[in-house]
Amino acid sequence: MNGLYVVAIGNLPDNALDWAENAIAEWFPFPVRRLPALPIPEGALDPKRGQYQSVELMKMLAQHVPSDAIRILGVADVDLAIPMLSFLFGQAQFEGPVALVSLRRLHQEFYGLPADQTLLAERTAKEVLHELGHTFGLVHCSEPTCAMSLATHIELVDTKLEQYCTRCGMQLVERFTSKEAMV
Amino acid sequence: MKKNWPILVVDDEDVMCESMGAWLREDGYHVDTAPNGQKAVELAKCMDYAICFVDLKMPGGMDGIETMMEIHRVRPEASIIIITAYATVDTAIQAMKEGAQEYIVKPCNPQEISMLVSRILKLKKLQSENAILRKKLNRQYRHYDIITKNPRMEEILALTKDVADLRSTVLIRGESGTGKELVARAVHFSGNRAEKPFIVVSCAALTETLLESELFGYEKGAFTGAAAQTKGKFELAHGGTIFLDEIGDISPKLQADMLRVLQERRFYRLGGTQEVEVDVRIIAATNKDLAEEVQAGKFREDLYYRLNVIEIRLPPLRQRREDIPLLAEHFVQHLSSALGRDVSGISGAALKILIAYDWPGNVRELENVIERAIVTCRNGTLDEQDFSWLQRNAGQPQNWEVPDVPLGELERRAIVAALERKHGNVKEASTALGIDRSTLYDKLKRYEIVH
Repeated sequence: MNGLYVVAIGNLPDNALDWAENAIAEWFPFPVRRLPALPIPEGALDPKRGQYQSVELMKMLAQHVPSDAIRILGVADVDLAIPMLSFLFGQAQFEGPVALVSLRRLHQEFYGLPADQTLLAERTAKEVLHELGHTFGLVHCSEPTCAMSLATHIELVDTKLEQYCTRCGMQLVERFTSKEAMV
Repeated sequence: MKKNWPILVVDDEDVMCESMGAWLREDGYHVDTAPNGQKAVELAKCMDYAICFVDLKMPGGMDGIETMMEIHRVRPEASIIIITAYATVDTAIQAMKEGAQEYIVKPCNPQEISMLVSRILKLKKLQSENAILRKKLNRQYRHYDIITKNPRMEEILALTKDVADLRSTVLIRGESGTGKELVARAVHFSGNRAEKPFIVVSCAALTETLLESELFGYEKGAFTGAAAQTKGKFELAHGGTIFLDEIGDISPKLQADMLRVLQERRFYRLGGTQEVEVDVRIIAATNKDLAEEVQAGKFREDLYYRLNVIEIRLPPLRQRREDIPLLAEHFVQHLSSALGRDVSGISGAALKILIAYDWPGNVRELENVIERAIVTCRNGTLDEQDFSWLQRNAGQPQNWEVPDVPLGELERRAIVAALERKHGNVKEASTALGIDRSTLYDKLKRYEIVH
């Protein structure tokens, strides 16, 4: 059976991929498989901004999609950005196979606070559900506690729950049975 | 998908178009991208973009400002957001001067973009709702919504068009239910005040003091319970029209106040010391004969002449019976869909009943009668049995009040009414009155009735 692949990009905190895989296993009815870690692509760092171009990481992931993959999720721990926006928690191909989540701004330390592994695990799970939701055609949800609501700062990530609202959840299940969504 | 609000991203850098497009798609928008100004304008010709993000600096061809101006040529309603990597006051000023809605420096905070997009779209939604409502409102009161083929009504409609743009006061006379407010709205909504308020005040519904505060407003503390300064209807109608219904019923004191407003377009709020000046067109309506009221000393003569600059006399429905089938058909169509009933028409026999009936409540009564018939109708067409109760009522003597006038006057009125009902046919009128034709001629002469 085709699976949902998870891959680390560069170095990650211990257990980071487990957090991602557990969240996936709870919501997605596909076997979850782990790929060997990928390096951060050369040239992804924008020296002027001191951030990594998300588009470069997405391109690399797209080149590593296994033939039996339903989706591929990359997890990195670098600060992501696109030219227009000052940062991203993650990115996804809308109704496409590739999703990417960054832990960088999910760490409490990023905001000058003491480390909190439990909180980091929760935030990771929420962002994984969010970006994978986009790959299955879900758009931002107006319910602030839904994993699909748009978080533009960390407090909004914390407002979300590690779950989809009923409407998004139902839509997701519908997509699992739709042929186009599963290509 | 928020498909109603498509967004265009114009940037020469692929990565910018791609990433911004992807980010907005996640929000549910339909997003197109263009690598240069020419392509952007081409796309804009085919798609009504709500928002266009346009990079200020694009090498070769059109720059951001030129692209914006070209897009605006084909899509004047599109909101353009100019994007630049460097914030300079000069370019920001130039962009805004040329019509950009916003100017943002990249990279910017996701929250900033998200709020900007939702703020612009909220405004656009309100604007489009507003346009739809205005259209509806105008449609509701356009002249041809007054349904008639009666020559006298057609003359009245022509007159309302002629006076629509003037500020002169209009006095509309007519029995209850003849459509005085509809005509007042037609005057307002077809003139140059159409975009401004149309305020209705029913003068008979309120006591003198209430009406006074309703019309002129009041200052805080003017009377017990006046907690805050409140604008009156004259102020609310500023720039537009105030429709004073049943003007014949106002008290002598209010008549004096009203005269002053008519003369000077100025007044004091209740308890106020500062004069308020307004630009208001006044349309008044009454079902009373104001000339008679003046003679009886009940209505100020000077106010009557001020109000009666342009007089419109609406005929009662019984004097425009040719309109009854048209109006009936109109009400059947309109009311059956409004009431969710499947009634498609009205039979010839039913129309005969309606045409023969005298309609003391005029068009309003006709509308109510049709509504009742639609509600009780058992098949798809209104037939004579749906109006049989109307015939029964018509046959019975009505409860009518005898006015306090000399007997001769009563006789005169009865003769005029009979002639009206019988379209001036003396033979039929005399039969209806139970007198012979020569007696009727005698009485016509005696009462100086011209028919």
